[in-house]
Amino acid sequence: MTFAALATTAGLSQTRGFLSPTGVEIAFLLVGLVTFGAAVVTVTTRQLVHAALWLVVALGGLAVEYLLLTAEFIAWVQVLIYVGSVVVLLLFGLMLTKAPIGRSPDADSGNRWAALAVAVASAAALVWVVVDAFRTTWIDLDGPAEGSTEVTGQALFRNWVLPFEALSVLLLAALVGAIVLSRKAKATPTGTASHGPSSGADGPAAAPADGPAAGPASASEGRPSSQEGAR
Amino acid sequence: MNDALDVALRLLLVFVVFLTFPLIVGQTEHKVMAHMQGRLGPMYAGGFHGWAQLVADGVKFAQKEDVVPAGADRRIFQLAPAVALLPYLLVLLAIPIGPGEGAVGQVVDAGVFFVLAVMGVGVLGSLMAGWASANKFSLLGGLRTAAQLLAYELPMLLAAASVAMAAGTVSLPGIVDAFAWWWLPWQIVGAIVFFVAGLAELQRPPFDMPVADSEIIFGAYTEYTGLRFALFLLAEYAGIVVLCGLTTVLFLGGWHGPWGADGLGWVWTLLKTAVLAFVVIWLRVTYPRLREDQLQKLSWTLLVPLALAQIALTGVVKVVNQ
Repeated sequence: MTFAALATTAGLSQTRGFLSPTGVEIAFLLVGLVTFGAAVVTVTTRQLVHAALWLVVALGGLAVEYLLLTAEFIAWVQVLIYVGSVVVLLLFGLMLTKAPIGRSPDADSGNRWAALAVAVASAAALVWVVVDAFRTTWIDLDGPAEGSTEVTGQALFRNWVLPFEALSVLLLAALVGAIVLSRKAKATPTGTASHGPSSGADGPAAAPADGPAAGPASASEGRPSSQEGAR
Repeated sequence: MNDALDVALRLLLVFVVFLTFPLIVGQTEHKVMAHMQGRLGPMYAGGFHGWAQLVADGVKFAQKEDVVPAGADRRIFQLAPAVALLPYLLVLLAIPIGPGEGAVGQVVDAGVFFVLAVMGVGVLGSLMAGWASANKFSLLGGLRTAAQLLAYELPMLLAAASVAMAAGTVSLPGIVDAFAWWWLPWQIVGAIVFFVAGLAELQRPPFDMPVADSEIIFGAYTEYTGLRFALFLLAEYAGIVVLCGLTTVLFLGGWHGPWGADGLGWVWTLLKTAVLAFVVIWLRVTYPRLREDQLQKLSWTLLVPLALAQIALTGVVKVVNQ
């Protein structure tokens, strides 16, 4: 996340001259700064749920950047998959862990310097690649949208069908793997007979209190991948 | 200047719809529920059949003290109702009620993706409320909300994808333009899946386990009072309007009608939306609440396979028809 934000903000400084920036460029830069700030707060805050919510801001800011680059379809998919599903999954997991309100004293890692080094290295690599690849590419904001659904779809299914299919197979494998893993977990003898999807058999009061912890957690693991696979 | 005026007028119109339609649905719910249960419902406020009851409720909510629990995460607690409500306003912008550019707030190229993505964001409000309240019932409600969203967004997306395949476009006006009467039987399974999944995403009965008042005391909203609670209620009713409008546009042909479609398209759209809203209320009165595990089972073992079958059917018919 941080890398992408870095890439976008740093990549911008390479674009057309600073002397006569257009409104869109200014907006792009400002949104990029917000995105970058939210991303930094996400990894530095000591409050776990706040980190997840700042991640929403960062991912949403990225969607706005896509919009400003006329890639409308990608922007909505970004909101749909990341804000609407991945963050919900994160929050679901956090709620299961009794994340406290306020600071978590142990929300820290001894690897922070190593992580910072890796992050800076990745960001540098990404910025270098993006700048090198798109140095001379301009988007004509006044012409027909270059990132509309139609254009994206044609590019995807005319020029990039093979990578697309390869990705589908990868996601399908991940989906099958998630199902296999959750099945194995169920087979271990940990007293699973009392809860789980044994609908109707046990008392109505006991099942809802116990069921959701086991059912959706295992089921939802495969979900984002299945969704992307369906696309 | 003219453009700015046009945009301002559209925004104002959508905002008015956003403020009035949910109230109309709410008042209808009062009366329909009452009559289905053999009673009268609110009769005094405003004189004629208690039409001003919701206005009076609004005044009451506004007068109440706005309490934030001492242990709560103050900012997130206060922000949550806005996060729950605003997405529906944005979705309303993109729903076309008549043919042509004039009858939609803003034409969005990838309309189907836009509405589904933004509707999904609204659920974050419930999650924030559930976590920030520092209340175990609220936390349970938030957990159930998240589990429910994860389960039901997939069949909803798949059903919408089926229509988009049938129309060959993902823009909402484009889908209605391509509509023909035989789409009704062709897409009926997808329509039912979409509507049911949408009900579950709104947490309307019979899918209201996350707010089950007799069990976890309204779940994520336990600690809310006054205007903030009213905003959550408004979000629910706005959600009904949005869901019914979307089902109308995607599956029921929007402004197409058996007769008199010229110039009166918006009447058809509103009529279909109103009938669907009535069905939503009807379901609330007649069906018992599903248990949490039944909820999950319904989605993963019934709705998802049905939606996939619908997509397969759509694909086959589309290829054969070419």
